[in-house]
Amino acid sequence: MEIFDIFLLEAVLNGLLLGGLLALLSLGLNLIFGVIDVVWICYAELIMCGMYAVYYLHVQYHWPLLLAMPCAIAIVAALGVVLHQFVIRPVLGAEPINQLLVTGGVLFFLQAAATLVFGIEFKNLGVALPAIAVGEMSFSASRLLAFGVALAGMVAMYLFLTRSYLGTAIRAISQDRAIMPLMGVSPTRIFVVTSALGGALAGLAACLLVLQYDIHPAIGLSFGPITFLICVLGGLGNMLGGFIAAFLFAQFISVGGFVFHLEWGYVIAFVFFIAVMFWRPQGILGSK
Amino acid sequence: MKYLALALLAATPLFGVGNYPLHLMILVLLWGYIYTSWSLMGRLGLVSFGHGAFMGIGAYVVVMLWNHYGVSPWLGVLAAFGATAVTALVIGYPCFRFKIVGHYFALVTLALSEVARLIIVALRDQTGGSLGATPNSALNEGASASLFALQFSDKRVWFYIVLAAWLAGLWIWQLVDRSMGRIALQAIAEEEEAAASIGIHVTRTKLQVTMISALMTCAGGVLYAQYQLYVNPDAVSGIAISLQMVFGVIAGGMFVRLGPTVGAAFTILLAEALRYFFGNKFPALDTTIYGAMLVLFIIFMPKGILGAAEAGWRKLTAKSPARA
Repeated sequence: MEIFDIFLLEAVLNGLLLGGLLALLSLGLNLIFGVIDVVWICYAELIMCGMYAVYYLHVQYHWPLLLAMPCAIAIVAALGVVLHQFVIRPVLGAEPINQLLVTGGVLFFLQAAATLVFGIEFKNLGVALPAIAVGEMSFSASRLLAFGVALAGMVAMYLFLTRSYLGTAIRAISQDRAIMPLMGVSPTRIFVVTSALGGALAGLAACLLVLQYDIHPAIGLSFGPITFLICVLGGLGNMLGGFIAAFLFAQFISVGGFVFHLEWGYVIAFVFFIAVMFWRPQGILGSK
Repeated sequence: MKYLALALLAATPLFGVGNYPLHLMILVLLWGYIYTSWSLMGRLGLVSFGHGAFMGIGAYVVVMLWNHYGVSPWLGVLAAFGATAVTALVIGYPCFRFKIVGHYFALVTLALSEVARLIIVALRDQTGGSLGATPNSALNEGASASLFALQFSDKRVWFYIVLAAWLAGLWIWQLVDRSMGRIALQAIAEEEEAAASIGIHVTRTKLQVTMISALMTCAGGVLYAQYQLYVNPDAVSGIAISLQMVFGVIAGGMFVRLGPTVGAAFTILLAEALRYFFGNKFPALDTTIYGAMLVLFIIFMPKGILGAAEAGWRKLTAKSPARA
C-alpha cells in the first residue's frame, strides 16, 4: 500500500506538470477566441510547424538550441499573421460555423503539407534531459522545464495584457468590439497583433513539446482536440477558466491513466468534459 | 432523364468494368451515402463532429460480435443500431435541452468521437487496438458469398448493396426535406427562441433528425467494415474521419440533395487522379491540394460545387429571353 501511495503521488505531481503545459496550450487559443471570436481548429498544427522549425534549425543547420527556439517562435508568430490575413480575414463577416470550418481546412492542409515536405518518419531532436529523482519518485527534467517556462509565459502574458497600452487595447476589444473603433483603437491592427501573439504562444509550446515528444505530421491530432476541450471547459475566451480546466484535465489523464490505462485516463477526462457541458454549457468560469 | 442516368449507373457492372473502377464507384456511393446522412443534420444548423462515433459503433459492434460470438451481422446490426440510438440520445438530449448550439455543439460532439476512438484503442485485447481487426472469414472452400456473414468476394454484389443504400439515403433525405420537421428545424436554426414561441418542440424535433442521421451513419459503418473486411479505429472513428465527413459535404454542397455525393466523388477521384498522375512519389499531395481547396471553397464558394453550379445555372436561365 505504501508503494501504491508513492506512485499515486508521482502521478498527481506528473499531472501537475502536464497541467502547466496544457494551460500554455489553451492560453493562445483562448486569447485568439477572446479577441477575434474565431476558434483556430488548426492551432495544434501550428505547434507542429514550430516543432519542425526547431528540429530543422537545430539538427539540419546546426544552430544552437537557444537561437533555434526564438527563431521558431518568430516563424510560428509569422504563420499566425499569415493565417489571419489570408484565411480568417475574408470570413470575419461569414457565419460562425464557416469560421470554425475554414481553419479545419487549414488543419488538413498543414498536416498533409508536412507529410509531403518532411515525410512521415518520426523525428527526434536527440536532446535528452536527465530524469530527476526525488525520493522514490522520478520526474523528467524536460517536463519540469516545460512547467516552469509555461508558468513564466503565462505570467508574462498576464503582465502584458494588464500593464501595457497594447495589452489594454486588446482586452478592450475583446470586451466590446463595436465601441473600440470610436475610441481610436483599430480592430484590424489589434487582430494582427493578437494573431502574432497567439502564434508566438504556439511557438513557445512547440519549443517545450519538442523536448519531450517525437515529431511527426499527425502529432497535432494527439493534443489538438484536448486543447479545444480545455478551452471550452474553462469557458471559451476565459483565460483563468482555461487555466483551471487544464489542471483538472491533466489530473484526470495522469491519475486516471495511472489507475487504469493511459487511454482510459483520456476517456474519463472526455466524459467528464461532456458531463460538465450539460451542467454548465458556458464552461466553468464562462459567462452567458 | 433522371431515371435514365440511374439505369445507366445500375447497369455499369454488367458491361464488364474492371475491378478497380468498380471499387472506386463502390467507395463513392458508400461515402456519398455516409455524407448524405451527415448532411441531414449539417444543413439544418446541427454541425456535428461526432459522426465518427456512430460510424465506429456500427463497424466495431458488428465485427466484434461476429469475431467473438459468431453472431451474424444481420443481428449485429440491430445491436449496433441499439448502441447508436442510446449514444445519440445520451449526447443529443442534454445538448438540445440545454441549448448547446454552434461552436459548442461541434466541440461536444468532437469529444464524443474521440471518446469512441479511445475506447476502441483501449479495449485492445478485444478490438486489436490501433492495428485494427479483420472479420473472421466465412468464405471457405472456394465459396464466394455468405449471406449469413454478409461477406461477398464479388465486387458486383457490393456495388448493388451500396447502390441500394445510397438510393435509400437520398430517399430519406427527400422525406426529411418534405416533412414539417425540416421546416421546423430551419426555423430553429434561424432563431431558436422564436421557433419555440410559435409552438415548435425544439428538443424533440432536433432529436428526431439526429436519430435518423446517426442510425444511417451507423449502417454506413457496418457496410464499410463488411466491404473492406478490415476496420481500424482511425479509419472509422475519431476526429479525422469526422472532419472528413464535414468537409466532404462542404466541398460538394450541403444544401442540395446530390451535394454530399458530389463531394464524395470529388474527393475520392481527386485522390485517385493525383495518384495516377504522380504515382506514389508524393504521398500526401492529394490531401495537401484538398486542404487548400477546402479553405478556398469555404471562403469563395460556401455553397459547395453543386450548390454553386446550381446557383450559376439558375442565373443563366433567369437571364434567357424565354423566361423574361
